[in-house]
Amino acid sequence: MSSLQARFQTSSLFQLTLARFRLFLREPEAIFWTFLFPILLALGLGIAFRNRPADVLPVAATTPQLTQALAADKGLNAKTVDAAEGAHELAIGTIQLLAVQTSQGVTYRYDDTNPDARAARLLADRAVQAAAGRHDAIAAQNDLVHETGSRYIDFVIPGLLGMNLMGSAIWSLGFSIVEARQKKLLKRMVASPMPRWQYLAAFLLSRLLLLAIEVVVFLGFARLAFEVPFRGSLWQLAALCVLTSLALSSLGLLIASRAKTMEAASGLMNLAMMPMWVLSGIFFSASRFPAVIQPFVRALPLTAAIDALRGNMLQGMSLAELTAPVAILLAWLVIPFAIALKIFRWR
Amino acid sequence: MRVNPVREWVREQRCLSSTTLQPEQKPAAPGASLALSGLRKAFGDLIAVDGVNLEVLKGECFGLLGPNGAGKTTTIEICEGLTPPDAGAVKLLGLDWRKNANELRQRIGIQLQETQFPDKLTVEETLRLFRSFYRQGLSSEEAIRVAQLEEKRKSRVGTLSGGQKQRLAMACALVGDPELLFLDEPTTGLDPQARRHLWDLVDELKRAGRTIILTTHYMDEAERLCDRVAIMDHGKIIALGTVRELISSVGGEHIVEFAVRGDAIAVDVSRLTAIDGVRSHRVDAGFHQLAVTDLHTTVPPIFAELAAMNLELSEFRTHSATLEDVFVALTGRNLRDE
Repeated sequence: MSSLQARFQTSSLFQLTLARFRLFLREPEAIFWTFLFPILLALGLGIAFRNRPADVLPVAATTPQLTQALAADKGLNAKTVDAAEGAHELAIGTIQLLAVQTSQGVTYRYDDTNPDARAARLLADRAVQAAAGRHDAIAAQNDLVHETGSRYIDFVIPGLLGMNLMGSAIWSLGFSIVEARQKKLLKRMVASPMPRWQYLAAFLLSRLLLLAIEVVVFLGFARLAFEVPFRGSLWQLAALCVLTSLALSSLGLLIASRAKTMEAASGLMNLAMMPMWVLSGIFFSASRFPAVIQPFVRALPLTAAIDALRGNMLQGMSLAELTAPVAILLAWLVIPFAIALKIFRWR
Repeated sequence: MRVNPVREWVREQRCLSSTTLQPEQKPAAPGASLALSGLRKAFGDLIAVDGVNLEVLKGECFGLLGPNGAGKTTTIEICEGLTPPDAGAVKLLGLDWRKNANELRQRIGIQLQETQFPDKLTVEETLRLFRSFYRQGLSSEEAIRVAQLEEKRKSRVGTLSGGQKQRLAMACALVGDPELLFLDEPTTGLDPQARRHLWDLVDELKRAGRTIILTTHYMDEAERLCDRVAIMDHGKIIALGTVRELISSVGGEHIVEFAVRGDAIAVDVSRLTAIDGVRSHRVDAGFHQLAVTDLHTTVPPIFAELAAMNLELSEFRTHSATLEDVFVALTGRNLRDE
């Protein structure tokens, strides 16, 4: 047992992976960006876009009679103001609508491009007409539904997960390799009998270990704080995370394969990631972009990753139903890796 | 059985009785550890190595000496298998990089000029990592002891001084128990005390019988450490031999230097070189330099001639000839001018 353990500990692949792991854990900034930042982002977005109970809209009227009529609606909070004061409050947004009594009837002053103001207009008119004696022609009932899975936070969590997988894969691989090259450590390593493939494999192995922590922490938080649904198989979700991370690591390896300085590598990484931040549907659906650029958007690895993650988590799709994004990710895994191995600069 | 000099030395340090040692014998084969012939390498227009032939014997400490840009590092990196030569043959330990690269990497130790090990790993972790690349070698403990880094074992590399980092690089080179050790400018950038410390370390390795090839642009370092040196300039070897042989090739064992007040042209050089025992004369930065065979017979007549020329001396000094003087004599330039 102990000799087996000793052989394991003296294996170069184990030592290389251990070194990578240690170097990551000893970098406090990396820990923040990998583990804490996505959680803070999810928390912020979750709070900003939470589904609130329907707001009571602030409105005002120029006569007490009108105010009374408006106040009869539970969706409105009405007060009486004079015309000048009302105009001022409209301008600074403390009321959404001003009902002005005229000789012909009532004039509603509001901004029709503001959805809240439009809602206030509908409610106010209904209240005023009801007070004047109008009756509903058809009896109507409300049956309220607040379902998880269709909220914005449910939509954005797989997006953030994909974004985080991309960031950690590309930054960690790219920077570590270029730093080692710049500090001539890479040259020193290849002058030793270290098998070269193990140097790269150690990156992937340490990445997979960190990935497990990263994904569990983030999705665990999303589950506990927002009750985000997991409708697909968890094993398939794990497989998708691994595939995503490997595909983007492969891209990171390609980016780092020639660059000699951190500045050059940093520029290349931003160049590679920027289109995906914008186009891949992290915060809103990628299908909003014009049809002309859709083939390009769909071919990006992050788009495929996020589509697959959303399919699994929100729609409960199995891998068999996600063949298109999975195939795109596999292509991104194989092609950049093959090119990177060919052109990699070892010194 | 491979010779294992460092381990042997470490054992000696631990005062183990010699009877407990395995009978390890140096192979009698006198063959060269390193043989270069017709080595050439150009980078674009720049010819870095221009037809180098060299043999380094087993157990020798060999110095490759020259100013910056002389081609030392390119030569040594070709030997280390890091740079392929444009032409010429390289044989290390009887093996060839093109056929036995993996075997060679197991059997040589390398310290590169500017390697920076990861700041956030400790000394021990770094050595364990490097040890894992070799089939056999020292334990990381032994390597730490050889490099005298015991107190820094748990320290992160980022907290080490320049000298300690260089000793760590040395330990990483030794951890595979190499038969042939390459040290590229091991003391460049170190303070005098750290340099001396590193020299002591190299001395120990020499005593253990290890073959060492080092490059340096410090003449004193080569004189202190090397059994034989090759002086390189513009990609060529311009002198080769033991330090003593090279110094005596200048023609004098000693150098007399003087400066005069006023017009230096007033010095009649022919009267000085006519003195018996004066071999050569040159002027460097206002100083007249005479290479002489013997101080006590040549200095009095030099004084006499200078007095006869009515010159007032502002400086007069002598030193034993050094490799620096050899380089000056061969190239007409100073090493430090580069």
